[in-house]
Amino acid sequence: MQKDLSILIGGEAGQGTRLAGNLIANLFNKLGYFVYVYEDYQSLIRGGHNFSEIRVAGEQREARKKEIDVLIAFDKNTIFLRQKRLKKDGLLIFNADRIEQKKGIGIFGDKIIKEEGGIPQMINTVFISALAKALGISFEILESVLKEKIKRGIDLNLKIAKRVYETLETKTKVAKIRPLTNSLLLTGNEACALGMIRAGLEFYFAYPMTPATSILNFLAQKEEELKVKTFQPESEIAVINMAIGSAFAGKKSAVGSSGGGFALMVEALSLAAQTETPILIVESQRAGPSTGMPTYNLQGDLDFVLGAGHGDVTKFVLQAGNAQDALFLGNLGLNLAWRYQTPVILLLDKDVSENTFSVDSKIFKSLKIEKPKLFFGKNYQRYKITKDGISPLAFPGSDFIVKANSYEHDESGITTDDEKIVQKMQEKRKRKFESMEKEVEKLGGIEVFGKKSAKVAIFPLGISKGVAIELAKEFNFKVIFPWILKPFPEKKVKEELKGVKKVFTLEMNATGQLANYLKRFGILAKPILKYTGRPFFIDELREKFKKYEISN
Amino acid sequence: MKYQTDAKITWCPGCSNFLILRAFQDALFELEKEGQNPKEIVFLTGIGCHGKIFDYLNLNSFYALHGRSIATAQGIKLANPKLKVICFVGDGDCYNEGIEHLIFAAKRNSDIKVFVHNNRNFALTVSQFTAVSPKGFKGSSTPKGSVEEPFNPLELVFSAGATFVARTFTGNFEHLKKMIKEAILHEGFAFLEILQPCITFFDLTNFFKERVYTLENQDFESKEKAQEKIREWDYKNDGKIPIGIFYKIKKPTFEQEFFKPSQS
Repeated sequence: MQKDLSILIGGEAGQGTRLAGNLIANLFNKLGYFVYVYEDYQSLIRGGHNFSEIRVAGEQREARKKEIDVLIAFDKNTIFLRQKRLKKDGLLIFNADRIEQKKGIGIFGDKIIKEEGGIPQMINTVFISALAKALGISFEILESVLKEKIKRGIDLNLKIAKRVYETLETKTKVAKIRPLTNSLLLTGNEACALGMIRAGLEFYFAYPMTPATSILNFLAQKEEELKVKTFQPESEIAVINMAIGSAFAGKKSAVGSSGGGFALMVEALSLAAQTETPILIVESQRAGPSTGMPTYNLQGDLDFVLGAGHGDVTKFVLQAGNAQDALFLGNLGLNLAWRYQTPVILLLDKDVSENTFSVDSKIFKSLKIEKPKLFFGKNYQRYKITKDGISPLAFPGSDFIVKANSYEHDESGITTDDEKIVQKMQEKRKRKFESMEKEVEKLGGIEVFGKKSAKVAIFPLGISKGVAIELAKEFNFKVIFPWILKPFPEKKVKEELKGVKKVFTLEMNATGQLANYLKRFGILAKPILKYTGRPFFIDELREKFKKYEISN
Repeated sequence: MKYQTDAKITWCPGCSNFLILRAFQDALFELEKEGQNPKEIVFLTGIGCHGKIFDYLNLNSFYALHGRSIATAQGIKLANPKLKVICFVGDGDCYNEGIEHLIFAAKRNSDIKVFVHNNRNFALTVSQFTAVSPKGFKGSSTPKGSVEEPFNPLELVFSAGATFVARTFTGNFEHLKKMIKEAILHEGFAFLEILQPCITFFDLTNFFKERVYTLENQDFESKEKAQEKIREWDYKNDGKIPIGIFYKIKKPTFEQEFFKPSQS
């Protein structure tokens, strides 16, 4: 079998397809494959149609393929809806107790579970065992994954797995690959949470909103282990104002939400800028406008996030395209917030947040906790005028009096409307933004993939990074991924654009917001857009690019 | 320690806010003598005439957003539970814009103190009606008189779970100082409404003087007694206006519960 497999597993909400998908992902992780899991689910708790699409490959492949190699159906609806995507010689595995179907591997899952005295959730074990056998994966590997992932009733699960494994035949063999070592499976939200933890996060405040909620849940469930405290206040407005309070009192704090919740936070974003309070805001986009589609992705918040904040607001805007980015940027984001005493927005999207990716665990070693610039001496002034615009920090409860002010203020924090002082303060914050711009130059702020001398360049947004990289390989293009969006790494980007004749953006929104943003820097890009809530398939882009007759 | 800054005071001459500024400093002077380290105090203000107190006190402080200081205050208290956290807020500030935070802080019994400068109008924006202005209030946005009735904030906060509910009046300085001190000393959420007439736009000085009386022999722990007295003046009727502590009980604070090691 080939080294690049797509496995789709579907059923009703509540049947456990997500867990089954996770088990499959872990099975292939154990084999050393790169893994990418796309989660497609509806905003309902029982019924409907959910599926996980697991792509496993010998190299990093973070995009969806239209054609799937294996279809695992918990219910009839999955076959009805998804069979058309199964390739001709693909493998169909289904629950024969619920589906009448001639072709494929039917397992009487319910019957087996009943006979063994199991519970309905063990259907996951039935399917993963069937898949392992069909692909010739050894029982020992299957056993070790089940033991790692299933805590309750493991003996019975293994018994069921064994029975299924022994009754079926091997259809094909998984391909040999150069196995990855030290690879972790993380969702973008988990990675982001861990990145923040590695920067010394002490408080995380959030109000539930898909697709950011799982950051809160993940941290809340691991409070002791990760030495962090989480709190869910009455609203997103309370969320950010509390976080600003805790940061003012010296604790590294972050908040997270989706577009709607972020909208409620924006007044306080400006407060953080004016009071120079460090705060990391994770904004995980979902389809809008308004309530939109909670469980589907659109990257329509870019304009809003870049422009958010009344007044001349200094801020960083970062974006992640996969879990590895989210890990690195969750860490860097919190550190930057404290280094520059400024709000930092980390922009994710539903697919980056909730999909699962292979992450090289070596990256953890590069993550660090930075110490902020603290004040030592006498006569503390919170807003001391400095060359780089950064005034040393002190916290209430120390020997110094600390006054933070949402009004325009003098160096000691007292309210003012004096022309000279106002000008000085505006200029101090402007110098801080210039320091931030220099920081971006130092950091680079972009990643480049593909052919160096390519004449075509693609700027992907968020989750489209994976598909862009894959496309670039096929077409010999170049991918420029600006992981810092503000201050924009203009110099670096323009260097990369030397010799490039045609520029595209890949965006999941209806108006081409990234292309519009690039225009501001004199970069003319043709936006390639998809706005159905689902990320690009590599196949549809391949067709599109062929049609454009773009060649290098 | 000198509590006042050199900042120029910009309240209207004769404003009752001067009395709050003075009473707070006097209360703090006594508290410091009793062992309170003033450097472990943080106060916050919202936006409105009350908020100007930020500039006049040389203490740790945060000039927060309109209506949001109570949320910011709880963040500070969580981050450093050793700090005494006090919010000066206005009636428009915390009964209109930020009422959710007031209700939830009371519900949680967060260990913060809330002093409401209630002048029954938005004064700094040249007088508009607030949640506690009387029906028919003629402000700049309601020239024919507002059509809404006020609510009784004490009843709201009491129902939400406040463990300290009190009212005072700037016209009784000793009482004002005493209530400020009592509120600061209370462990848990302390709500103190300060009737603070706006001498420029809505001068209720005489109205209050004629009606205010001091609660005596109040059973602090009786819900029934508290409710009865809280309802005596509902911001609508023309009855007597009790001042003093209506309700005061001991209960674990939000922060104590929050940091309690898990049982499992």
